[in-house]
Amino acid sequence: MARRYDSRTTIFSPEGRLYQVEYAMEAIGHAGTCLGIMASDGILLATEKRNTNKLLDEVSYSEKIYRLYDDMACSVAGITADANVLTNELRLIAQRYILQYQESIPCEQLVSTLCDVKQAYTQFGGKRPFGVSILYMGWDKHYGFQLYQSDPSGNYGGWKATCIGNNSANAISLLKQEYKDDNTINLQAALDLSIKVLAKTLDMTKLTPDKVEIATLTRENNKTVMRILKDPEVEVHIKKYEEEEAKLEAEKKKEADKKKA
Amino acid sequence: MECLIGIQGKDFVLIATDTISARSVVAMKDDHDKMYPLSDNLLMAVCGEAGDSIQFSEYIAKNVQLYKMRNGYELSPRAAANFTRRNMAESLRSSRSHLVNLLIAGYDKDEGPSLFFLDYLASLNKMPFAIHGHGSLFALSIMDKYYEKDLDFAGASALLMKCITEIQKRFIVNLGKFRVRIVDKDGIHDKGTVAPEPVVAA
Repeated sequence: MARRYDSRTTIFSPEGRLYQVEYAMEAIGHAGTCLGIMASDGILLATEKRNTNKLLDEVSYSEKIYRLYDDMACSVAGITADANVLTNELRLIAQRYILQYQESIPCEQLVSTLCDVKQAYTQFGGKRPFGVSILYMGWDKHYGFQLYQSDPSGNYGGWKATCIGNNSANAISLLKQEYKDDNTINLQAALDLSIKVLAKTLDMTKLTPDKVEIATLTRENNKTVMRILKDPEVEVHIKKYEEEEAKLEAEKKKEADKKKA
Repeated sequence: MECLIGIQGKDFVLIATDTISARSVVAMKDDHDKMYPLSDNLLMAVCGEAGDSIQFSEYIAKNVQLYKMRNGYELSPRAAANFTRRNMAESLRSSRSHLVNLLIAGYDKDEGPSLFFLDYLASLNKMPFAIHGHGSLFALSIMDKYYEKDLDFAGASALLMKCITEIQKRFIVNLGKFRVRIVDKDGIHDKGTVAPEPVVAA
C-alpha cells in the first residue's frame, strides 16, 4: 500500500522509506550516463550526450558539464531543469565563500552545503526533491584531487571512480574490476578506462566522439586547468580502445580455433 | 591611548600590546591581556571601544573554532583575516558597528608568517610591521628606519625595544610594560613582558 505514503515528501512510509526520494533516484536511472574517475595527476568526467538532434544549436560550453568556480566542475544526471537550479546554487555558494574568505571554497564544503539544501526538500516545505544526481570533480589545498557524488536524498560520498545515470550499476561493477586501487593510474590511462566502460555500458553499437563529452581537471603551475576534450582527442582514445578490443577478439578466436583442432 | 605593535620576522610574527586598561583618565589595570588566540597558529590583538573589543574578538575567535570543528582543518591566516574584515565591514554598514582596531598574526605552512592590519573602518592590509594607537605616530618612523626583512627573534625584540622606548619618551601617556607573544609554525608562544629602557633626561 505504498500509494498512500507517496504524495508528500515529508513523511515516512510504514517500512521507514521516503518514497519520493526513491522515485527521484528512479528518474535519474533513466538519464544519460555520467562517470567520473580520479587519477594521480587529475580527474575526468565523461558523459553520454543524448541531445544529438541535428537541429539543436551548438551549446556555449557544454551540455552536461558545468564549471562551478576556478577549482571545481560538475556533471549531472537527471532532470535538466532541476540541474540548472542546483548548479546555479552551487555557483552562488562558491562565490559567497570567496566573498567572505577571499579564497576558493574547499571541495567537500561546497558539496556538503548543497546537500544540506537538497536534504531540506526531503524533510519540510512540501516540495518534491530535485531529480538530479551530481558528480563533482575538484582540487583544493587540503586534500588535492577529489571526486564526489551527491543524490536527491542529500547524501554525498567521496569516490575514486563512480557512475550515475543509465546502466550505472554495470559501469560501476566494471570499474570495480578494472580500477587499480593503488593510486598509480594516470589521467591518460583513466581516459582509456572511461572509454572502455562507456563503450560497454551505453546501448549503442559504436562509440563516436559526438556521443560522449569528456572533461578533465588537472593542476598546472599552481593553477587548476579544466578542459573539455575536443573530438579528435576523444577519437584517439576510442581508436585505442577499438584496437585493443580487436586484439582481444583475435586472441580469443585463436584460442577457440586451437581448442577445435 | 592603547598601543598594538606587530613585527613580521623570518619565520614568525611578533605581537606586543600595552597592558593598561583605562577609562577616561584612570588606569584601572596594568596587567590587561589584549591578545586573543583564534586558533593554534593565529593570534589577534585588539584595541578600541571597551565592550566592542571583547565582543567582536570573541565572536571571531569562536567562529574560527567552529570552522575547524565543522571541517576538520583550520582557516588559513589570510582567510581568517578576510573573514574578520567582512564581518567588520558588514557591521560598519549597520546599526551595530564595532569600534575596534586589530592586528592579526598567523603562520601558514604554505605561505609562512603573515601580519594583517585591520582598522575600525574595515580596511585590511598585509604588512611587514604595523602599529595601532597614538604610539604609531612615534614608532612607525622608527620601524621605517630600522626594520629589515627576515629578522630573527633577537632582531625583532631589539626593534620592539627601540619602538617602545621612543613611545615612552615622547608619548604623554606612560604606557608602561608591553606583553609580547610570537606566532610560528609551532604555535603561539608567550614571551613575557618588556618594559621600556629608563628615559635619561636629555
